[in-house]
Amino acid sequence: MDVRADKLDFEITQQVIDADALQRKLESDRAGAYAAFQGWVRNHNEGRDVVSLEYEAYGPIAVSEGERVLAEALQRFNLLKVAAAHRVGHLQIGDCAVWVGVSAAHRGDAFDGCRYVIDELKSRLPIWKKEHYAGGHSGWINCVTGKPR
Amino acid sequence: MPVNDRSGIQVTARYFAVFREQAGTTTESLTTQSTTAAELFAEVSGRHGLEDSIALCKVAINGELAGWDQALAEGDVVLFFPPVAGG
Repeated sequence: MDVRADKLDFEITQQVIDADALQRKLESDRAGAYAAFQGWVRNHNEGRDVVSLEYEAYGPIAVSEGERVLAEALQRFNLLKVAAAHRVGHLQIGDCAVWVGVSAAHRGDAFDGCRYVIDELKSRLPIWKKEHYAGGHSGWINCVTGKPR
Repeated sequence: MPVNDRSGIQVTARYFAVFREQAGTTTESLTTQSTTAAELFAEVSGRHGLEDSIALCKVAINGELAGWDQALAEGDVVLFFPPVAGG
């Protein structure tokens, strides 16, 4: 069995993300630092009023690639544990779309590892979002420009 | 084993997010002369009007992320991913 199995936890979920439950997965007597990041649905993008966001993922590869990202972070930043969750489905303003948390002996590794995970998740996982605007229009977001089509 | 005689090979293409909407379908079976994932993308992009540059897109073959230069084989399932936008 992979020795990392109890050190990393990644999921794609349709449920509301439970940050407290995820944080508990990172507890360790060796940890002196915990850092977390949440991505929230905001009400505007590129000058347009956004009313909701629809996330779609290709689950099998999103999970395998997500676990790969977490394993990389564990190794590169000397983390004790790392967990992340990305929500899919139709989300409303203020909802948490993605959560990342890490524990480490020291804060530098915790901050750096957390930053690494969210940046890599955003650029590598097959996840897409469609913005719904005031007035009824919608558009898929291009990751490179951040702009709707 | 890649086959590329005149009759081509049978593959399945799957489309996600904006590609699904542009193609008007989630899945199609096709017979193609394309020998790589990149060639197949060029072929279906032209036919369906997929607008994104290959440089920003990803491809998976039979459930695994793949390189665009990966050779296609009879029966492959090719997943075309438009530019991702998680987070």
